[in-house]
Amino acid sequence: MIREPRAKRSSRLSLTQREAIYAYVFLLVPLVFFATIRFYPALQSFRLSLFTWHVDPARRTFVGAQYYQDLLSNPVFHQALTNTLLYAAITVPVSIALGLGIAILLQAVTVGRGWYRAIYFAPYITPAVAIAWVWGWMYNVNFGIFNRIIIEWWDFVEGIGLPWLAIDPQRFLRDPEVALPAVAVVIIWQQLGFQVVIFLAGLQGIPRVFYEAARIDGANPWQLFRHVTIPLLNPVLVFAVVITTINALQLFDQIVNINFTDQGGPLGRTLSIALYMYQEAFSRARLGYAAAVTVVLFLIILVITLVQLRLTQRRVEY
Amino acid sequence: MLGESRRLRRGLEESVRTYRRRPNGWTILAYVLLTLGALLMVFPFAWMLVSSFKDAREVLSPAILPSQWTFANYVEVLTRTAFPRWFMNSMIVAVLNTASVLFFCALVGYVLARMRFPGKQVIFIAILSTLMVPTEMLVIPWFVMSAQFGWIDTYWGLLFPGLIPGFGVFLMRQFFQTLPRDLFDAGRIDGVSEFGLFLRIGLPLVGPGLAALGIFAFIGNWNAFLWPLIVAQSASMRTVPVGIALFSGEAGSAWHLIMATSALAIIPVLVVFIIFQRQIIEGVVLTGVKG
Repeated sequence: MIREPRAKRSSRLSLTQREAIYAYVFLLVPLVFFATIRFYPALQSFRLSLFTWHVDPARRTFVGAQYYQDLLSNPVFHQALTNTLLYAAITVPVSIALGLGIAILLQAVTVGRGWYRAIYFAPYITPAVAIAWVWGWMYNVNFGIFNRIIIEWWDFVEGIGLPWLAIDPQRFLRDPEVALPAVAVVIIWQQLGFQVVIFLAGLQGIPRVFYEAARIDGANPWQLFRHVTIPLLNPVLVFAVVITTINALQLFDQIVNINFTDQGGPLGRTLSIALYMYQEAFSRARLGYAAAVTVVLFLIILVITLVQLRLTQRRVEY
Repeated sequence: MLGESRRLRRGLEESVRTYRRRPNGWTILAYVLLTLGALLMVFPFAWMLVSSFKDAREVLSPAILPSQWTFANYVEVLTRTAFPRWFMNSMIVAVLNTASVLFFCALVGYVLARMRFPGKQVIFIAILSTLMVPTEMLVIPWFVMSAQFGWIDTYWGLLFPGLIPGFGVFLMRQFFQTLPRDLFDAGRIDGVSEFGLFLRIGLPLVGPGLAALGIFAFIGNWNAFLWPLIVAQSASMRTVPVGIALFSGEAGSAWHLIMATSALAIIPVLVVFIIFQRQIIEGVVLTGVKG
């Protein structure tokens, strides 16, 4: 008689327990995956960066922060870091401004909006490796289409008697001053569609009432844009800035392929952190040092992510 | 009375029409600018195709269009290189990977959204935190691991890093959270097993999420370069991006062949994009703006 309620309680308990057990059975494989393929390697990178590299773990010697000190004084790392920040400094504002501009234009049209959107988006999903080869061909100094256009233009303006409008043929990827902006153009071209799509969705999410109200109050188009569109688009803008920045920090595919015979060149002017890491690890077999490079990259991305979290939590209220 | 209300309505319709018609000049300008931009977007693809149909001599000449359109470059790339093999490798990896991503991300997303168990929050945050770790930081340990276990030059080696992306878990969890609780309670009362609740009640209702995730997983795999470059060391295990990069690197100035190879890598993706255009773009919106 006394046992019965107790039995009842334990069976109710086991119902919750049953659900928990099932949950963990379902999570078993994924948890093993995340632990061994995601967490352990991330920690392993920290650990590897503190040791000299050897295939046999017993023969790796502890060097402490040596590799980090090497990094800080290594001019090639400095160059890779500077280049990578430059990629971000060029591609982020330009692709966001263009993406927002195109999204606003798309909002103004009704016929063919979907097709325009698709055309702008297409490069975003095509393989970056192939894209880089196509642009490398267009940038080719002797036979590339860009220099052909420049020469045609030269002939044209000379023909009509305005030679001062002529432009010199460029060495593009062979010119240390021009190579990085030339690569940045490819990156902007490729990811512009992503910005267009998310900005267009963001713009369509802004209730028309806000525009109507502001217009009744006598706001001009610029004021509408500055005081209605921008504040209401803020979360999307922050998201776009962060995604574009992180992409720029991880550039690899395009850099390797666009200048394949002189990767990162000329004179290291297009070298990115990811490519530097790859070369150190897999061409020079300095895995410990390369691991230290990736830890620095991780820290930079971590800071950006935390700043993003802070910024998106501050919502605009109307 | 009736006539007046009709007149009123006509007046209203008129004003709506003029309101819609008003931004005419701007609309034309928008079309002009968008068309110019679209031409710039399409140009590299067009130039790639045009170049790929020229012969070795003509590709270096100033001619814009080939005097004789030739498929010879494609034939040469397909027969001289291991392109069919790279294509098959990419296909195998992308299909298996997508299958794994769909099943496991949905399962984990479901468990985190709908089941109650201790430690749920910790597991969710742990999985979320993996999103902050860049691939670059993981490839060195993955390589060390692969060398140790003999995964270099195997399909498993190409596959294992992307089996369950944290992003997919997060996305599917969002989808499962929007489903009404009653559905699952009703299922429980009817004696559906825990796995059945996921498979037969939850899964059919998150179709759009699965479609977006599946397409992204497939395209992401198809385009992946860094890890396949590291782990596929023998020629027979290369994927399409690794294959075309190394082939083009050896081809020197045979731009007609390089453009044909690039076209072979790009065209399948563009075809898939044209077919699934709406789902892909909606997927970006879904994962980008709301995620």
